[in-house]
Amino acid sequence: MRRVAIAAAVALLAMLPLVPSVFGSYAVTLFTLIFFYGFLGQAWNIVGGYAGQLSAGHAAFLGIGAYTAALLSVERGVTPWLGMCRIIVSNTEALGGAVGYYITFTGDPRQFQFQDARAYYYVALVMMLAVTGIVAWLERRRFGVYLSAIREDESACEALGVNTFRYKMLAMMLSSFLTGIGGAFYAFYLFSLQPASVFGIPLSVEIIIRAIVGGAGTVLGPILGSFILSPLAELARYYFAQGGWHGAHLVVYGLLLIAVVLFLPEGAYPRLARLFRR
Amino acid sequence: MLFGGVFSLMAVGLTLIFGVMRVVNFAHGDMMVWGMYLAWLMATRGGVDPYLGFVVCAAALFVLGFVVQRVLVQRIVDAPHEMQILLMLGVALVLENLALLLFGPEPQRVRSALAQSTVWLGPVFVDVARLIAFAVAVLLTLLLSLFLYRTDVGRSIRAAADNPYGALVIGTDVRRVYAVAFGVGAACVGAAGALVAPLLPFQPPMGLQLSVASFNIVIIGGMGSLLGAFVGGLIVAVAESLGAVFLKPSLKELVSFSLLVLILLFRPAGIFGRRAS
Repeated sequence: MRRVAIAAAVALLAMLPLVPSVFGSYAVTLFTLIFFYGFLGQAWNIVGGYAGQLSAGHAAFLGIGAYTAALLSVERGVTPWLGMCRIIVSNTEALGGAVGYYITFTGDPRQFQFQDARAYYYVALVMMLAVTGIVAWLERRRFGVYLSAIREDESACEALGVNTFRYKMLAMMLSSFLTGIGGAFYAFYLFSLQPASVFGIPLSVEIIIRAIVGGAGTVLGPILGSFILSPLAELARYYFAQGGWHGAHLVVYGLLLIAVVLFLPEGAYPRLARLFRR
Repeated sequence: MLFGGVFSLMAVGLTLIFGVMRVVNFAHGDMMVWGMYLAWLMATRGGVDPYLGFVVCAAALFVLGFVVQRVLVQRIVDAPHEMQILLMLGVALVLENLALLLFGPEPQRVRSALAQSTVWLGPVFVDVARLIAFAVAVLLTLLLSLFLYRTDVGRSIRAAADNPYGALVIGTDVRRVYAVAFGVGAACVGAAGALVAPLLPFQPPMGLQLSVASFNIVIIGGMGSLLGAFVGGLIVAVAESLGAVFLKPSLKELVSFSLLVLILLFRPAGIFGRRAS
């Protein structure tokens, strides 16, 4: 049973690169969002899932990343590809002001602007796979074990001689660095930035809820969470907005969050994994 | 400064809930927004002045808090903190967006006959409405402390806060007491909402801002301390208005958050807080 599940997952994964050539542009957008939020959820997972340190402010890192990349690109002409790597160093996000920032479209791939939505699709896919690879790798390393130990019992961990502060900080740095990269992607995918949208708590909730619903502290949890929630969110937003019911999809989100905390606190992935192991 | 009374009242509600249950009410600001909208509904539909209507708002929010505690929070009182926070975030999302659905995104304002008049108080020129809001908020805080220290229900709330196990042993219905405490906390913030409704335009997304402002005050004053929340509210209100005058109005929140960072650095338990056990 377990092997079947793994084979199915691998097969699904192998099909992902083919999606843009088979389905229409709406599916491409949808999957790009799934990958993007999967990426963010996974980045949060390092500090929130493994180390058990709840961060409700991850949108801030996203915002910093987004603004830095946008500013560097708009003001200085530095390519976001480069900006993606330098986010942690330069956080000059305060300059945009409350009005926000608009990026002029040039369609130059060297400037991380693609005319074809499919390019974003592949970038998002690679980002998600890469961060999942990092997390899977970390989980088996001493670093990952330390983080789980900190989550389970911080004082016992410290008593055994682990520098818990150091590892929590490293986890936070790694997680925020990755989220910053996500921010750069966000800026150049949407082409506009407003502080309220990239720094707000709602975005943090969007990130956290994916990891929690899928299963925080597992390698595949946040990805699964994103595959469940992102399409749901998009469809709900679309249909509710059509009926003039703005905000209804967030009501659904809130109810879902409450239900998951009360009835499925470990998340969907561990539950599914146990189902298949039997 | 006069806003301080209302700030204090909402922080007192939050600190009561935290002090008793050790649960951080992330939906606090959204409950306040509901208080505002209830006041607005009563004023526009029934012509009830918000300075009378706040009693109804407080009662309605008491019921809401009671139910939220009974149905949701009670199940996770002993759960890890992050789970509680996530649950309350869920409640906050539901409340905020229900308000958005029902009342729409446009900013609303309650008209009160009192909001137009002003008086000279010695050398300063003051809105009557602000003065009343301040006085009522202070009065309610006083009533709350009387309730907690002089009545049986209040005493059992404090007993359950001090030692839930001990309170259970001597025959207190701790679950009921928790629900009442949550209800009273929600009622405080509901009244606070109704009191400020004529003073500033409000819209559903304000809830989060108000929640954060309440946490800020409670942490500055000291988690779980009523006096701390009260004084903290006044301090933050004064600091923010000074910041708005001397810096830029958009930077006033920066002032209160800087205050928060300073307090956390030099006196982590807050001004009136006891050391965390």
